[in-house]
Amino acid sequence: MPPSEANTLFQEDPRGRPPMPNPEAVLVCVGPGPDSERLVRRAARQSGRTGAPWHAITIETPSVSGMPEPVRSRIFATLKLARDLGGETTHLTGLDPVAIAISHARKHRLGTLLVGRDRRRRLPWQHGFAEKLARLAPDLELLQVARDDHTPKITLTPLFSRTARNTGWRPHLLAILGVTLVTIGSTPLYGRFDPANIVMLFLLAVVFTALRYGRGAAVLSAFLSVAAFDFFFVPPRFAFEVHDAQYLVTFTVMLIVALVVGQLTAGLRFQVSAACEREQRMHALYEMSRDLSSAMNVPQIITICQRFIKRVFNSEMAVFVPGPEERLQLADGSAPLRAADRHMAQWSFDHGQNAGWGTDTLTSTLAMYVPLKAPTRQCGVLALVPDEPDWELAAEQQQLLNTSATLIAIALERIHYMLLAQDAQVRMASEQLRNTLLSAISHDLRTPLTVIAGLTDGMRLANPPLSEPHASLAEAMGAEVARTITMVNNLLDMARMQMGNVILKREWQTLEEVIGLSMGHCASLLVHHQVAIDLPADLPLVELDTRSMERVFSNLLENAAKHTPRGSRITLSAHLEGAFIKVSVTDDGPGVPPGMEQKLFEKFTRGHMESTVSGFGLGLAIVRTIIEAHGGSVWAENGPDGGAGFNLLLPLGEPPELPEEPDPPHVTLEPFP
Amino acid sequence: MTEHSSPSLLVVLIEDEPQIRRFVRAALEAEKFQVNEAENGNRGLIEIGTRRPDLVILDLGLPDMDGIELLRDLRAWSNVPVLILSARDHEADKVQALDVGADDYLSKPFGVPELLARVRALLRRSLRPHGDDAQVARFGGVEVNLVQRLVTRNGEPLHLTVLEYRLLTQLIANAGRVLTHRSLLRDVWGPNHTENTHYLRVYMSNLRRKLEDDPNVPQHILTESGVGYRLILS
Repeated sequence: MPPSEANTLFQEDPRGRPPMPNPEAVLVCVGPGPDSERLVRRAARQSGRTGAPWHAITIETPSVSGMPEPVRSRIFATLKLARDLGGETTHLTGLDPVAIAISHARKHRLGTLLVGRDRRRRLPWQHGFAEKLARLAPDLELLQVARDDHTPKITLTPLFSRTARNTGWRPHLLAILGVTLVTIGSTPLYGRFDPANIVMLFLLAVVFTALRYGRGAAVLSAFLSVAAFDFFFVPPRFAFEVHDAQYLVTFTVMLIVALVVGQLTAGLRFQVSAACEREQRMHALYEMSRDLSSAMNVPQIITICQRFIKRVFNSEMAVFVPGPEERLQLADGSAPLRAADRHMAQWSFDHGQNAGWGTDTLTSTLAMYVPLKAPTRQCGVLALVPDEPDWELAAEQQQLLNTSATLIAIALERIHYMLLAQDAQVRMASEQLRNTLLSAISHDLRTPLTVIAGLTDGMRLANPPLSEPHASLAEAMGAEVARTITMVNNLLDMARMQMGNVILKREWQTLEEVIGLSMGHCASLLVHHQVAIDLPADLPLVELDTRSMERVFSNLLENAAKHTPRGSRITLSAHLEGAFIKVSVTDDGPGVPPGMEQKLFEKFTRGHMESTVSGFGLGLAIVRTIIEAHGGSVWAENGPDGGAGFNLLLPLGEPPELPEEPDPPHVTLEPFP
Repeated sequence: MTEHSSPSLLVVLIEDEPQIRRFVRAALEAEKFQVNEAENGNRGLIEIGTRRPDLVILDLGLPDMDGIELLRDLRAWSNVPVLILSARDHEADKVQALDVGADDYLSKPFGVPELLARVRALLRRSLRPHGDDAQVARFGGVEVNLVQRLVTRNGEPLHLTVLEYRLLTQLIANAGRVLTHRSLLRDVWGPNHTENTHYLRVYMSNLRRKLEDDPNVPQHILTESGVGYRLILS
């Protein structure tokens, strides 16, 4: 079955039946043994083949909690490896690892359990982890992986408990003391009470000891209690001999009850303390994540992190964030730390790995560098400088640090995108403001111009016609108004292009149509000139903004009309040149003043400064801006016969297909009925 | 009352700029039109409703309502020809106005001769008795016999493709009016092709080459920049 199908098959069951486990999905139990890493890699390989999900879990039982730091670190390192290889990792706590593993597998529909081979044959009634799994979960597949005996072994010296109060001989002494006190206290009751009731008092002591001082003390207390009961309260007193054989049953039951109750109580106690510790860690993390989620800028994030790091890790910290060219710099609000080195942070950032103290890289420094990885990008590096020099991170602390680094990274990423969004919003708002402003100016300028033009026309067309000096005055006014309108249009267009980027509405267009529009637009200006248009019939469509290009040709034609004497010849021609289409507007006028060919296209530049020709010198600047926005180029040169020539190159694209039309021989078909 | 037979034709002018109203009115009255002014949209609707004008001149930027809204409202109960006045920069508004039912538009600033030409063209269309569609359309040297489906230019028969002919008949049927790209594409190519403006450009270019004396300076098949096309019969 292809993996994707396997996935979907076991994800959903529309008929509501209990979900079947996915036989491809793998669960690895990471234990203290040296095989765990191999198991994890094996699971990753297998899932890589099938594409099914896989989980790696570690189950913290009392015996694991008591293991020395190197072993515990190895467990967490293996879990991290699993996470890096794409597995889902979980850290569970409980007394019965087998039951927990099975329930996790069923809950997540993991059909295959991957375990190491059981290490040694225990006593006949003891079963290895794999054996127990096989017996309790016959419906799950069990894969035992070969052992690798070359892995260096860490010698295990299990401690009973990790907290200072419960290490060393103190709990055992207290257990002895407890039994002694019960013995002394019960002595007056001897003879008045039934011995069975005295047994109860001893059991009480065992429970109390287990509750306070843990598993080892409870076992000691159980044995001592039986011995004390025998010695002091079973006839003959002050001797271990027993006359009445039924007391042997009492001793056995008492011992079993004491051991079991002691174990259960100690287990309970362990669970409670583990839960408390976890709860504290979670609470600190929760507080930080809550604060981070309401942080609105980087300095706030830094303050929150400083508080958290100080409280949980007893360390100073600094955050580096990437600046220009991905070079790290101290984040806003992060105080420089002497021990935190920017170059080390850069290394950690570039490699995406922890570095510095307590890691595999550059261990001789005082600080630890943790890269801040968010889902979409690396947001920086967290540098941790402990207050105490001989500082060491326990495995859980290491994990807590990684989790908090992720939280910080996500918060930084959120701020990053928030700033981007704000920026975009500001840009949009200013764009809108600009458009509104230009529209208002345009409206306010054009309305009076429209009125003047209209009134002038009214005078020119008046009936009866105006008498002579007035008629030519009206005529002159009309011409000036027309010129003013052109100048206002030029100014507004230039302002629009200067204020924002030129926004083109490009469409596939025939050059002929655009030039036709410009010719129509400039018709009144060109009446005294001879205009020749030379366009090959087979020119391809060009992708351009019709209105802007109409403006380009109008400006070029207008320019030619303004700067050549009446009766001059203006030629507009186009032809293909490689991947470009070249359009030229040439005339037989005086030509471009030498040396001005480039300067003409700058704003407010005019060929002849003291010319009688009106204008701001904006026309050609607009031409250049529009042509460049189209990806083309424009230049001026004088022709061989002296006239000015303006040439522009427009890139050819790939015009869209035009469906072939079936062409009947003639449309003069039969007349309509 | 020399040029037009009585009673004189009535124009309602809806425009908020008093100076523009003033010269438009002067120009129209010089041509013996009767003009009623309205300075806002609501007033304009009342004028149109009570006076039943022959033509409406409508500015799109009104103080109390959007000109497009007014037009949509108007088209629910009247077919009076509407000439739009609008600022040069707003092609999208013009296209929208034409799609909603306007007959033609003028960009500000405009000249009086242009205004009068548009007004006359619209009135000629609307005053033509209904059902009296000409069987032969003529412009330049071109003659289109719509019954025989025969196109000639300077007396010579002309070969048009099916789509070219269909496009030409659309233009003739709406001669004098601006037809938006969208409406031409819809009527000639079908509703699935309303975005393919490049079809239109290529076919218009072909039509001009076949029908115009100088296709680069068209006199009859005119482009309305960013809006559409218009056929001028002469």
